[in-house]
Amino acid sequence: MTPIGVDEWVARSGDRRDQSGWRGRLGYLDARVGWWQRLFLVGLAAFVYGQFVVGGNVNYAQTGFNVLLYAILALGLNIVVGWAGLLDLGYIAFFGAGAYGYALFSSHAFGNLPLASGGVMLPAIASIPIAVAGVAILGVLIGLVALRLSGDYFAIVTLFVGQAFAEAANNVAPGTLGGANGLFGLQGFHVGSAAIGSTLGYYWVAVIVLVVLMGLLHLLDSSRTGRAWRAVRDDSLAASAMTIPVNKVKVMAFAFGAVVAALAGTIFAAQQSSVFSTNFSAQTLILIYACLVLGGAGSIGGAVLGGVVVTVAQQLLSSPIDSAYLFYGILVIVLVTRVRPWRYLAAVLAAIVAFGVAAHAIVGAISHRAIAGSPGSAGWFSTALRHYVIVPRGEPLTYGNILYIAAIVMVIVVVQLKGIRRLIAVVPTVYVGICCWEARLTLDPGITAQIMIGAILIVTMAARPEGLLGTRRVEVV
Amino acid sequence: MAPLLELEQVSLSFGGLRALHALDLHVGEREVVSVIGPNGAGKSTVFNVITGIYSPGGDIRFDGQSIVGHRPHAITRLGIARTFQSLRLFLNMTVKENVKTATYGRTRASPAESMLRLPRARREEVEVEAIAEDVLSFFGQRLLGYRFNQPAYVLSYANRRRLEIARAMATGARMLLLDEPAAGMNPNETHEITELIARLRDERGYTILVIEHDMHVVEGISDRVVALDHGEKLTEGSFHEVANHPEVVEAYLGRNPEELQQ
Repeated sequence: MTPIGVDEWVARSGDRRDQSGWRGRLGYLDARVGWWQRLFLVGLAAFVYGQFVVGGNVNYAQTGFNVLLYAILALGLNIVVGWAGLLDLGYIAFFGAGAYGYALFSSHAFGNLPLASGGVMLPAIASIPIAVAGVAILGVLIGLVALRLSGDYFAIVTLFVGQAFAEAANNVAPGTLGGANGLFGLQGFHVGSAAIGSTLGYYWVAVIVLVVLMGLLHLLDSSRTGRAWRAVRDDSLAASAMTIPVNKVKVMAFAFGAVVAALAGTIFAAQQSSVFSTNFSAQTLILIYACLVLGGAGSIGGAVLGGVVVTVAQQLLSSPIDSAYLFYGILVIVLVTRVRPWRYLAAVLAAIVAFGVAAHAIVGAISHRAIAGSPGSAGWFSTALRHYVIVPRGEPLTYGNILYIAAIVMVIVVVQLKGIRRLIAVVPTVYVGICCWEARLTLDPGITAQIMIGAILIVTMAARPEGLLGTRRVEVV
Repeated sequence: MAPLLELEQVSLSFGGLRALHALDLHVGEREVVSVIGPNGAGKSTVFNVITGIYSPGGDIRFDGQSIVGHRPHAITRLGIARTFQSLRLFLNMTVKENVKTATYGRTRASPAESMLRLPRARREEVEVEAIAEDVLSFFGQRLLGYRFNQPAYVLSYANRRRLEIARAMATGARMLLLDEPAAGMNPNETHEITELIARLRDERGYTILVIEHDMHVVEGISDRVVALDHGEKLTEGSFHEVANHPEVVEAYLGRNPEELQQ
């Protein structure tokens, strides 16, 4: 009798995968390169950047350090959110607690106390374990209480904890914690007797921490604990029926995340040589979440890649010329990847150029003042776009705000339309978007950076809901 | 000889609804007992009270030890593993990982040992690997080889049912509770499941409690059949005794209208 239900066709689906084209070749490489080789490549990339790219440029070193910091934070969040499936919105509190813990023990902050006048000033080798262990205990305690709730309720309680941390750091014991002035004059790290003074030095510390952490977490992921976390995330009732103590495992994940965040906090505090409660705001939490979601929750490589993308994007957006490259780059990439076939793409691009030139000419004929302003982008963009975008002279704020709302409405319309109508609607939408960028968004880089990171997140999620390196999760109905 | 599993006067109510009432049930070592009954009779509730999802009144003893009030993972560690009527696999984990996950209670390595791959963690991983391959090989060609590293969601429905049994076996339990193992299977697969349950007892020495609606399966596997309705035991005995018992017939088919008129 031929066995029935041997789903050969499904089982061999991997062999049928197309190996031609760049996607096929990428998939082939993906299957060949092992995990440890990839980790080596990550370390190598970090080494090349620190050794050859930075070259004494403090900004580059700082960007590199920030990338690594967010990558480490995203790795810790990945344990809680990606593996154990707990929506922990209080994660930032553990980052802050680690930083403040380090600051207390490695500064003059305790100097006001009679028993230790002159400050505690422990070396980093002692204060890091104290801070991390303290946060681990804090994590277990909060986890024990918060994990009595599930799902949304857990998220709300942890959100409260995260918000409470900043308030507490600001208002409790201002003599010791420094209140809104924060703590400063922290002792840095030492290697032997030599102090790590430069940003590049902390970059190297963070590289080592990141690579070691990635290795350890990979081993943990493929162990009984990692499997238990993922089982609890997939189906906690089934997990408990399969010998897994669900509550204990969840608290463990929560505490592990807290420890990684605290470790990142100590490095952050030492590098800054100061801590302020504003460093640990909800905004930072959202950025860490952006790293994890963008990179792919549940994947170690994804968390790190997300840290790189988000931090680098933020950095680029703070410079006028780089932000223009990023904006127009994303615009072109989205058009090239979404508009098919090629002749349609060519038509759309030509139409966008023609539309702008025509609009500029018509508006210019009606009123010269309406086109007399200069584009906000720096460098050659400004020259190139002078006779393309409509920017009125003088105060373009109101005009820009109206354009911004118009652009959002038009994007919503484009998304609703189908087929050729969508292609036609794309043309004015892109033009209005460009005008809005030049007239308004370039004026407030800080706010624009957040809008752009949100936009990048939306575009990526629409194209790859599982994140850049995440694995697609399937719900069977 | 004392039975392996013993339920004594077990009762459970949800608010005013009496789900189980003064239920006595026992399963001997290496016995295969089927629980039958119409929908809503309380069959799955029996499984849920045995595995600790609900805490009932009365007493449940496994191997002489009372297990009422223990949490589900503790009860499974004592030796009772179950499958679910509505499959509850870890669908996004691979076939092998699903099985390995169930060995959590049999292993001891701490996270630190796992992260540093210390001797105990390494030894246990080797053991877990062996357990996984052993229980999967029990299902012949169905779950072997190239399917090990595929996510569980690609498996066919019947194979998912097999994988759930494999996962329950990997917990190291002595007793399996199978909740409708033949539900949604075609006649060939149903026949295979009947043979499989017999092999589970004969080759692996499991004690088995089964809920099943397919009477061919029940007839083929059962040493004893227990009929439930409205949370109470109607009768028990051999398949033919139970199947012809007037109360069982009534519970499934209703009363003969001609008799009612008399």
